[in-house]
Amino acid sequence: MDLKTRLQAFRKRAVQTARLCCGVPDYEVYVQHLREHHPERKVPSYAEFFRERQEARYKGGGGRCC
Amino acid sequence: MNSATVKSGPVAKLAWVVVAIVGAWCLGVVALRRGEPINAIWMVAAALAIFAIGYRFYGKFIEWQVLQLDPSRAPPSVLRNDGLDYVPTDKWVVFGHHFAAIAGAGPLVGPVLAAQMGYLPGTLWILFGVVFAGAVQDFMILGLSLRRDGRSLGHMLREELGPVPGLVAMLGVLVLMMIVLAVLALVVVKALTHSPWGTFTVAATIPIALLMGAYLRWFRPGRILEVSIIGLVLLLLSIWAGKFVADSAALAPIFDMDAKALAWWLIAYGFVASVLPVWLLLAPRDYLSTFLKIGTIALLALAIFLAAPMLQMPAVTKFIDGTGPVFAGNLFPFLFITIACGAVSGWHSIIASGTTPKLLANEGQARMVGYGGMLCEAFVAIMALIAAASLHPGVYFAMNAPGAIIGTTVEHAAQVISQWGFVVMPDELTRTAQEIGENSILSRAGGAPTLAVGMAQLLHNIMPGEGMVAFWYHYAILFEALFILTTVDAGTRVGRFMIQEIVGLIHKPLQGTESWTGNLLATAICVALWGYFLYQGAVDPLGGINTLWPLFGIANQMLAAIALMLATVVVVKLKRERYVWVPGIPAIWLIVCTLAAGYEKLTGPISFTAAADKYADALANGQLLAPAKTTAAMQQIITNNRVDMVMTGLFMALVVVMVLFCLNALVKAWRTNHPTAIEEPYVALADVAVH
Repeated sequence: MDLKTRLQAFRKRAVQTARLCCGVPDYEVYVQHLREHHPERKVPSYAEFFRERQEARYKGGGGRCC
Repeated sequence: MNSATVKSGPVAKLAWVVVAIVGAWCLGVVALRRGEPINAIWMVAAALAIFAIGYRFYGKFIEWQVLQLDPSRAPPSVLRNDGLDYVPTDKWVVFGHHFAAIAGAGPLVGPVLAAQMGYLPGTLWILFGVVFAGAVQDFMILGLSLRRDGRSLGHMLREELGPVPGLVAMLGVLVLMMIVLAVLALVVVKALTHSPWGTFTVAATIPIALLMGAYLRWFRPGRILEVSIIGLVLLLLSIWAGKFVADSAALAPIFDMDAKALAWWLIAYGFVASVLPVWLLLAPRDYLSTFLKIGTIALLALAIFLAAPMLQMPAVTKFIDGTGPVFAGNLFPFLFITIACGAVSGWHSIIASGTTPKLLANEGQARMVGYGGMLCEAFVAIMALIAAASLHPGVYFAMNAPGAIIGTTVEHAAQVISQWGFVVMPDELTRTAQEIGENSILSRAGGAPTLAVGMAQLLHNIMPGEGMVAFWYHYAILFEALFILTTVDAGTRVGRFMIQEIVGLIHKPLQGTESWTGNLLATAICVALWGYFLYQGAVDPLGGINTLWPLFGIANQMLAAIALMLATVVVVKLKRERYVWVPGIPAIWLIVCTLAAGYEKLTGPISFTAAADKYADALANGQLLAPAKTTAAMQQIITNNRVDMVMTGLFMALVVVMVLFCLNALVKAWRTNHPTAIEEPYVALADVAVH
């Protein structure tokens, strides 16, 4: 693997981690999951997906520490 | 257990011997050198070596022998993949997420308070506590949840122990949460009292968050990183502007508040923030505080490595005898409840059975995330201890001792502290206050200001500049206040949903999260619960932290004891009795610590009972004791101490009840000759098609 691909992979992981820390999982993974397993469902736009996850994060479950 | 047969080569063995020798040497320096100050790097090196050895050997022992994790087994993320909550995720991404969720204000506050006994007791408890208790708890609960479809702690307690103990434990969690929110909010109050600069910058985070919320909602939906950078720039600007507010004769009085006023503002803010839609205020603050938290922890680590400060605090002070001004009580049991997060924290059992087990792509990665994540938090605690111990001890005690002991003038404070053996001049205290841009540093207990001064001095050492100490001080205060307030908002919402569920049992329509009556009512109850303890802390004769932190420590360690007891029961139910000591010994240790601390807080000289009686006697004789100025205020202090007595008694009763339930389950499981733990059946990872 050349340096550029490695850096890109690293950047992708970093962005994914940062988003997950805020309760937003990977959008592309979700879209792929929908296409493969639930082709009948409408694929949400990133904005819709983001809003749904934002609401879900604060629904309870005590997801953070002191 | 194929992996158990993997043997390390001679080079690796030699390397571990070297790590062990270096670790032992550094720890020897930290523990045994007396009379001359040592460099913090010894402590860092000892910690890193001990963590590495604990991770490699004890962690693997738990993975292979106790939990018997199996990389060939399909985890919940694969079995129940839904693309949202259950997603097989890269292990470093899961690690980052887990660490960000467990690390909060706790590991930064407890070690700072415990520094009154010297740096050695706290260091030893953090190092050995995390390896044998804290990381064990996080890792084992994660392991149990992985085998149970990623179920929550409460769910696992109900399944393995029965519905009643499950309910008892969840009641404990709700009460613990109220104490956590109150004590964390109190840390903010103590940091901002009569500090116009600090109060202005923290207040500025509200319009900044609203702006970010609107930006994310309408202008650029979902661009978290982009908006967080904008938010960060605005925050730094507000720190810079804070200086002008503090210097302005017109603006400064608006932001100059006493503890009571600040407590009321926080209560009102907590209510509004958890009633408003999350996207407007709560979520943007959450993003900002998450990134700021990780960035600041990295900055602190960098500052300690580059500045390599000398530890000015003695290794052990005379306050191990229980006469310390920061918190009362002997080394045993009070050190072990004062430092909870960082050594062992019950809260983590909720995270380790929350999102993390639903994301792990393989059981073989659980040690890195569960055990390793907790070791990282312990390292944050060690850094906080270093920052506090590198301060001049006179400055440390001036900042952390209550006004009732050291008085309210620098002259008096310097005199009292010098009598303790930590010689300090009044102008040294005045100069420190001037450097950080505040009027006074006296009696700012709660960890945040002490850590902020320590951090500001460390950062100033590596990045000198005119007036920069004040900038870094307010940066550190802002960063702690920001993520504490995020915890308060989010915690209030979680508490509100819990209360709505309970209230819904009585009157069904209130249960709906869309019901405005239910929403407002439950939020008001939740805010009133933690707000009561916050206000109590603000009017407390000993400054609040002295009174409330032990209550928080007892509650947090109670939850850790419950989590470890669950792990003990499951180990026996799996018929792996020979390893029962792995979770069993830390569980017993925490039960002993919580009960001993609870007992001392109920009877004896440092108890809530004694404090209530002292004020009641004075009131009966028609006297007024400071800080009360009226009989009503006297009555209030008596009531507050009685409430704290009831809380302590409640936590002790909870522990005893849970011990009885667990003993019952243990005996039953021990007598049964086959495994009785409720695990999901084995499915081979290879048999599950990818996606």
